Parts: sequence; structure tokens; C-alpha cells
Amino acid sequence: MNNSLVRLAHGSGSGLQQLLHEIIFPVLLPGWQGILEDAAVLDSVPGRFAFTSDSFVVWPLEFNGGNIGKLAACGTINDLAMMGALPRYMSVSLILEEGLEKSLLSRVLASLRIVCQESRVRIVCGDTKVVDKGKADGMFISTSGIGIVPQGRNLSAGNARPGDAVLVSGPIGLHGIAILSQRKGLGFASEALSDCAALDSLVEALLEKAPGTKALRDATRGGCAAVMHEMANSSKASIILDETKLPVPDVVKGACAYLGLDPLHVANEGRFIAIVPAGQADAAVFACNTHPKGKGAARIGTVVERQRFPLLLKTIIGGTRPVEMPSGELLPRIC
Amino acid sequence: MNLVNFNDTGIAEKLLNEIHACAGLTGPVKIMEVCGTHTMEIGRLGLRSLLPENIELVSGPGCPVCVTPGAYIDAAVELALGKRIHIITYGDMVRVPGNEASLEEAKTKGAEIHIVTSPLQAIYLARQNPEDAFVFLAVGFETTAPATAKALIAAYETNMDNLTFFLSHRIVPPALAALIDGKDLDISGFMLPGHVSAIIGEAPYQFLADRGIPSVITGFEPIDILMGVLDLCVMIREGSPKVVNAYPRIVRKEGNPLAVAAYEKMFEPVDAAWRGIGMIPRSGLDIRDAFRRYDAAKKYGMSMASPEMARQPAQCCCGAVLKGKIKPNACPSFGAACTPRSPLGPCMVSSEGSCAAYFKYEMTA
Amino acid sequence: MCLAVPAKVVSIDGTTAHVDMMGNSSAADISLLENVRVGDYILVHVGFAIQKYDETEALLTLSLIEEMLGKAGPVS
Repeated sequence: MNNSLVRLAHGSGSGLQQLLHEIIFPVLLPGWQGILEDAAVLDSVPGRFAFTSDSFVVWPLEFNGGNIGKLAACGTINDLAMMGALPRYMSVSLILEEGLEKSLLSRVLASLRIVCQESRVRIVCGDTKVVDKGKADGMFISTSGIGIVPQGRNLSAGNARPGDAVLVSGPIGLHGIAILSQRKGLGFASEALSDCAALDSLVEALLEKAPGTKALRDATRGGCAAVMHEMANSSKASIILDETKLPVPDVVKGACAYLGLDPLHVANEGRFIAIVPAGQADAAVFACNTHPKGKGAARIGTVVERQRFPLLLKTIIGGTRPVEMPSGELLPRIC
Repeated sequence: MNLVNFNDTGIAEKLLNEIHACAGLTGPVKIMEVCGTHTMEIGRLGLRSLLPENIELVSGPGCPVCVTPGAYIDAAVELALGKRIHIITYGDMVRVPGNEASLEEAKTKGAEIHIVTSPLQAIYLARQNPEDAFVFLAVGFETTAPATAKALIAAYETNMDNLTFFLSHRIVPPALAALIDGKDLDISGFMLPGHVSAIIGEAPYQFLADRGIPSVITGFEPIDILMGVLDLCVMIREGSPKVVNAYPRIVRKEGNPLAVAAYEKMFEPVDAAWRGIGMIPRSGLDIRDAFRRYDAAKKYGMSMASPEMARQPAQCCCGAVLKGKIKPNACPSFGAACTPRSPLGPCMVSSEGSCAAYFKYEMTA
Repeated sequence: MCLAVPAKVVSIDGTTAHVDMMGNSSAADISLLENVRVGDYILVHVGFAIQKYDETEALLTLSLIEEMLGKAGPVS
């Protein structure tokens, strides 16, 4: 009987208790000793709190630069940070596929824990289910997160106004390329490392130097283009980008040329787009560039009055073209 | 050895000035490109927003995926859903609707669709899964045909029995001939596909010059595309129609004879249907009888030569749009029966095709 | 059908070249070309090298363009 794999029996009753005590508690909450209740009861917070929910279904589970656990923790923390919230609590729900290697589960949960520790986020509740083989790509993770929004912060995708500067917090496209390079059918390997990172401390550094920052969005699936579309639409404005200012690393350029993709459509997991009043743009870029997670940050565009298209690009030869919302999964081209 | 930079913005600006200066002396100019990658690059550069008013860049039937008959896609879907065959395809094909449905839609109904970036991956997949039957969707122009040929010969020589090839290769020069056939041609010049030309060389285009039509074999970087437009403009202004090779770093005069030999060994030219245009003589490739065992059309009883393949919705005007005769919005289906979400012909199928581009950029909000 | 990238040959193993495209590695079948050497740039399309990049021609093309632009007057 193979003891190294998660089994259906681990989904409930004594099997679940075994899994919790063998792996989940020791890895996620080392040293925790308490009573397992049905819900976490938390002290109330002064002022407002931010509350987010997210699910993670990435494949492969482990990739260059991270794994689904790191992704889940960073993704949740970043959702909170994008609202200017200080992340505090997280819930972690696991859906495990029968046959998942316990060692992989351990590595994933360890990565999740490390990110939470670094951002001083407490994991206070969770759930574990096991489903039949074939019903979950190895594992799915669902989270929710709670953070505290300090008085006076009102970040919103609807705040952008003509004249505001558009910034990106670092080089784009790395996570998406790292993931794609691990899909066998695409025939390439890459030096690209996922940029997966928790951005809460970077956001604090930014807000300190550029307190007038109006909006933040982390550019995940759909890349920078997707979040800028959202911000433009929510603000009933348009955004014009300068192609010569986009920080695209060579490794992303090379992979995008090979696959026929637009770097603006490629996923990131540790980058945000910021809308900042023009007068604070330089301070904002400086604040990011001097933080370890914001190196390579740049001003990439400007908010303008609403035009026909929400997102436009001034190209390297000075032309203008719309940047479309990516539709669904990115497909490689040969044509 | 280093790659030379063809992206310099200073040179680009000067080339644009030259184009404007030249266009001032020519009257209306209609340049047609016949390469999906050119279509995409021109869109990506926002080139049309920079050209003088009297130079019109028209998108011809340059996207082999888009000119693949709808019936071919329907046949592939039927193989996947009806016969439980694994379909191996390039990403470009996945979202293109046939007359009935797309491969992507078939996938949601349980079809096994595998996306690859090379026909060699088809060989690999089939070898890894000997219990399953696979069909590779072999689409593309002359650039891609040699690769299909190489994969097919590999399958043949190793006696594989679970992989066949469903060909929809097309060749460019016959399509150009069909486009210029007829008295009312108003295309002033052609921007020729740089990578198709890397395979076939310069000679196959000579008939254009003989007919008084200038053409330029053009690369894909910003400077290349601007030079393509400028070279055409100059030839049009001077009335000196030639075939100019503006991409000699990749295109040799003789092309790549080894690559041509590779596909001529395995395939022969046949009449073929182009979506939205109809049958063009000797414009497609069919597997030679010696290798017929690897022909998916034969194996599964799909006839690419049937009139069904050339059937297209009566309301599709792509033929006229592709010949540059009408604007997209003059087609009665435009924006109604035919939209980017539910396209009838290649002009709308390609995200940067004439009709799709018109739909995106010209339609008032 | 033209999406192809110039890739640098890093090593050759029979009819397969291992290539680099700015930090991305792939393999290309070089049986459609002759005399491919390590250090060459080859144009790769659907996993096959379809032509060699000629740096001399590239430099010549660029210098001809620059020369033409240099000579260009107000109306060329």
C-alpha cells in the first residue's frame, strides 16, 4: 500500500485527521496547538477592512520560480494590497486530486506558508477535500483574505483621470512565459522565472512616496492589457501607452516572437499597474525602483479622455493602434 | 555572427518621410499584402495611421488558416467528436469556426484537441500514445509544407500506424495569378511574403512584373515593412514594375531548393478551394499516391476535392474584398450575418483581416 | 504563414540544432539546410530551419537604406 500519495480516504473522518496532522498542520501552521473549531473568531479591526476571494488552478503545479502555493498566497495578498490594505488573515481551502504526491503537497504548502510569514499574514481557517482522479489537476486552492485599510486610502479602478500617469512596477510577461515553457507541446524551454511575488511591502513604499496614487491593479491573467482595460473602462477614460517605454525583458521578447504573442497579454504574478497623478509619477517610479520587488518599474503611459478604444499604443514607429483585451487562453500562432 | 537591428526609430521616421514624398507624386496607390504575418505586423505597428491618405494597404488572402475551407474544419470536428480521433493542430486553427463549429467548441464537447508548434510534435504524441488514433491538421503555405513533408516521411519510414495527415496546404503564386486575373484590377503592387519566398525564391513571381505589376519580397521588421511600401511606391511612380527582393538576408534568389524538393517529393499540386474565393487551379497540395496510406482524407473518407469543400455562404463577399474591389462595409453580411465572433470568410476570420480590422477600427462606437 | 524567428545555433546533434532565442531554447531540424554551424543564426518555422541568416546581406541592406536616406533631398 503506497503511503506517499493522497487517497480519497484522506478527504474525511480519520483519514482527514491523519492528513491534517501528518502534513497540513505541521507545514502550514508549525507549532500551532489549539482546538480545531468550525470557524476562526477574530478581533474586530478599527476602520474598514478589505475582503477578497480567489482560486488557483495553475498547471503545472510547480514551475520555474514558484508553485501553486506561492501563487495562492501572493495572489491573495496582492488583491488586498491593490486596495491599499495591509494583509492580515487568510483562509486556505484545498481540493486535492486522488493520487497527488504527499511530498508535492508539502512543498506547495511550505511555499504558501513562507509567503504568509514574510507578509505577516495569519492563516486562520481552511478546508480540505479529496476528489476522484481526473477531477482536479493535481490540486486546486481557494483562498480568501482579510486586510486592514488605513484611514484615508481610497484606491479604486474608477479613479483614473485624464493627465494621470500610468506605471508598471517592473518587467512584464515573465510568469506567463515561465508557465508556457513548461507545457510540452510548445517545444521550448526558457530561462524566464515566474515573477510571482507578494507586493504588499512594495505598495506601502509606493504609497509613502506617492500618497496621491489613485488606483492599483495586479496584472495577472490577461496581462497588463486586461487590467488597463478594466481601469480605463471603470474610469470612463482611455489609456495611451508608449511602446518604447514598456519594460519587456529579452527573454519575454524572444518567447513572444516564437509563439506569436503580445507581451501585454502575457500573465504576470508579481507586477501591478498604478495610476498616479502626473506630478507624483517620478516619485512613484523611484519608490518602486528602490524596492527589491519594484526594480525595472517605469512610467508606460498616460490617462486621456475617453476615445473609441479604452487602451491604445503609440508604436515604436510612432503609429497608433488599439491594444485588445486578450480573449481567453493564449494560443500560439504559426501564421 | 550577430543579428542586425532593423528596428531603428530614426531610420523608420526618415523612411516614412520618403514614403510621404513619393506618394505626393503617384496619385491613389493600393498595395496588397498576401501574408498573415504581414497583416498582423502592419496592424501591430499602427502603420496605416502613419501613411499618406493616397496609399491604401489592403489585406489579401495571406492567411492560410483563414482561407482553409469551413468544410475542412467541420470534417476535423466530426473526426474528433464522431470518430473519437485525437486532433493535432497549430494554435491558429483552434478558434476558427468552420461552417458549423470550431475546434475549440468541439473541445468543450469532449473532443481531444492537442496544440503543437511543430509537426514533429505530432510524431512524438502519436508514438507516446500508440493506442490512440491521431490526425494532424497540415495547414500553411510553402513555408510550412516542407515541415509537413518531413514529418510525413518520418511516419512513413517508421511505419507508424496511428497517425495520418489531413492536408490543407495552399500555394501563393496561383492565388496571386487568380487575384490579378480579370480586367478591373486596381491593385498597384504587391508586398510579397518574405518567408514563403525564403522557400520558393524570386522566380515564381516574375509573371507579376510581366503583367506590369510591381512587387517586393518583404521582411517583417519595422524597417523591412517600411522599405516594402517605399520600394513599391517608387516603382509605381516610375512605372517600372519589377520583382524586388528587399529581404536578401533571408531570401536567396533560388529560395531553398532542398525545402522545395522535400515537399515536391511527397505532395503534388491540385486544384483547391480557398474560403471566400472558391476554387483556384493548382493552388493546393495533395499527398502523392505512394504515401496515400498517411492521407487522413483517404483514410476517413473526406473528400477535399468535392464541391462541398468549395461551398461557401452565398452572402460572403470575401472574394471581392480580397481583390480589393469593395470595402468591407459594402458586403451585405458585414456586421450582421458576419462578425468577428461568427465570421463567414477569411477577411473576418483573421483578427487583422480586412473585414475584422474594419470592424474593429472603422465602425463608429 | 510566416511566423519564424532567427535563432542562434548553440549545438548540433545530427540533424537537430539546439538553438537559443534570447534565453529561450528549442530544437530545430536542420535537414532542409546545408552547412549549418554552431554560431549561425537560422530562421526557424514550425520546428524546422528553413534558411540561414546572412549577416553580410543584412549589413548591406541596412547600409543601402542609410545611403539612400542620406542622399534623399526634399523630393527624392
